[in-house]
Amino acid sequence: MKNIMYRDAILEALDEEMARDDSVFCMGEDVGVLGGNFNCTVGLMEKYGDLRCKDTPISEQGFVGMGVGAALRGLRPVVELMFGDFIMVAMDQICNQMAKITYMSGGQVHVPMVIRMPMGGGRSSAAQHSQSFHAWVAHCPGMKVVVPSSGSEAKGLLKTAIRDNNPVMFFEHKMLYTAKFDVPDDEDYTIPFGKARMVTEGDDITIVTNSIMTIKAEKAIKKLKAEGIGADLIDLRTIVPLDTETIIKSVKKTGKLLIVDEGHESFGISGEIATRIMPEVFYDLEAPVRRLGTADVPLPFSPALEFPLIPDDKKIYAAVREML
Amino acid sequence: MTKQEQKEMALKFYTIMYRTRRFEEEVFEFYKRGLMPGLAHLYLGEEAVAAGVCGALEDRDFIGSTHRGHGHLVSRGADLKRMMAEILGKETGYSKGKGGSMHIMAMDKGILGANGIVGGEIPIATGSAYASLYKGTDEVTVCFFGDSAANEGAFHESVNMAAAWNLPIVFVVENNLYGISVDIRRVTKEHHIAKRAAGYGIEGITIDGNDVSKVYETAKEAINKARKGDGPTIIECLTYRWQGHHVGDPGIYRPEEEIAEWKAKEPIIKLEALNFLTKEEIDEIKESVEKEIQEACQFAEESPYAPESEAYTDVFVD
Repeated sequence: MKNIMYRDAILEALDEEMARDDSVFCMGEDVGVLGGNFNCTVGLMEKYGDLRCKDTPISEQGFVGMGVGAALRGLRPVVELMFGDFIMVAMDQICNQMAKITYMSGGQVHVPMVIRMPMGGGRSSAAQHSQSFHAWVAHCPGMKVVVPSSGSEAKGLLKTAIRDNNPVMFFEHKMLYTAKFDVPDDEDYTIPFGKARMVTEGDDITIVTNSIMTIKAEKAIKKLKAEGIGADLIDLRTIVPLDTETIIKSVKKTGKLLIVDEGHESFGISGEIATRIMPEVFYDLEAPVRRLGTADVPLPFSPALEFPLIPDDKKIYAAVREML
Repeated sequence: MTKQEQKEMALKFYTIMYRTRRFEEEVFEFYKRGLMPGLAHLYLGEEAVAAGVCGALEDRDFIGSTHRGHGHLVSRGADLKRMMAEILGKETGYSKGKGGSMHIMAMDKGILGANGIVGGEIPIATGSAYASLYKGTDEVTVCFFGDSAANEGAFHESVNMAAAWNLPIVFVVENNLYGISVDIRRVTKEHHIAKRAAGYGIEGITIDGNDVSKVYETAKEAINKARKGDGPTIIECLTYRWQGHHVGDPGIYRPEEEIAEWKAKEPIIKLEALNFLTKEEIDEIKESVEKEIQEACQFAEESPYAPESEAYTDVFVD
């Protein structure tokens, strides 16, 4: 175990998997010479060569599609999009090609490919560099969707993603890149998909989160704990597959559910979770399911305007207090 | 080329082109009889492009194909029975009926798949070429697409990267003049796609796409060049589709005289006119191809549909 930054945990995962398997390679804008816009691929080009850490032109549709083609030929591309917002430039290759080729071919081929990208607001990056599109891609069958909440989570989940034989959309949170976490050294440290992490346990409420919202919820829970309130905090880890079993079990115990997700509040993860679990927990609920998401407006530039739109520990704390 | 070699080539290409022609005619028949779900985009009239290009490939090579892909697949040697069954949506089809006409894939023949998105296969085929470079093997990937796909961003992005990195790929543009109803001359100033090659620093060649030997020779040279590591080429094959964009599109947007003019110089007649083959040889080819086609049609028609449960498989693999 060592204490390293989230971005270095990602780099470690990439390095270890590239060392372990010659078919793994990175590709994307500025991943080579620069080592990635957020420094997640530093040194990989020097270590593994140009072909295995390929700097591309600004052609998202083109190089995402090349990843698909290379995956069909047995390689394991890890394609980096500099910002999650840029999936929109490559959406044909992501949704119409990558996610569907296995199905359309009747299972003749598989597409073992990972697309890594930062998500989320908080950096005054305005409306085209702050979005959280994990729900968009979760809506399209054929891709797994991963939203790691810490350095160790990022490392273990990325290694699983690279070893998975299906397309994986891997959303890193840009506000976590420089945060430090205890991260296991073990080269075979992987985290299975579809198994949520119980971060804290308590009897009063269930809080379901993913990505950075897990950390924000932890902060709120600390304050609540001091006031004698206990919460089950469930960090989803993956949106697809979704671990409804853990949520249902917890809600049956607590009777209350708050879902916190950085995607826009409407038509997203929270509505999906609430609906999915409802048949199982309807008679156990002691209050309406509640959710916190980013307000349904584009992310503004000014911190004065941006911060109030995104869920944080204070909002989580307030929501829990209101529900109890 | 010796006379004997000419004869062998003519036999080979006549067989492939006639097989494609008859396959497509039967697809059309299935459509008219109401036995084919959805639509298909027929390759009738363009047979020489696929035949000539695929004839120049080795078994280990790869192709990327389009919505008008039957000809590419037949020419590449895909199983006619499984193709026709897929087009009819049957369980015995290449994709168990999940793909249909626009998504036939046959990895055992190096066919990376037909594609329902215009230009969608271009980055994928380019990625296949990248994989060959990466592995240090000498397979070449050929990417087929139409003139309209060349106006998609995917074309520009892919050709640029393929050129920059000398990828072992050949881009084959089937310029049939129309994107559904829109005449290329109405939406581009420069009508010849191959001229764009200069902008990427690679070679672009425009040829008569209905002349199978010309297609073959040009493709062979470009494929050899790609195999040697000397990078991509754009080959623009001028050709014409006889039918509308898809079955059921009467194609009224094209002048009758234009259709007649192109039909007069269609690939099969063109090859016959060279007199490399005797009438007996041609009849023999036709007879044997007819047998294959009828077998494929019968197989497809008699095959069952997959059970409903099949719809839920192959979304993910283990």
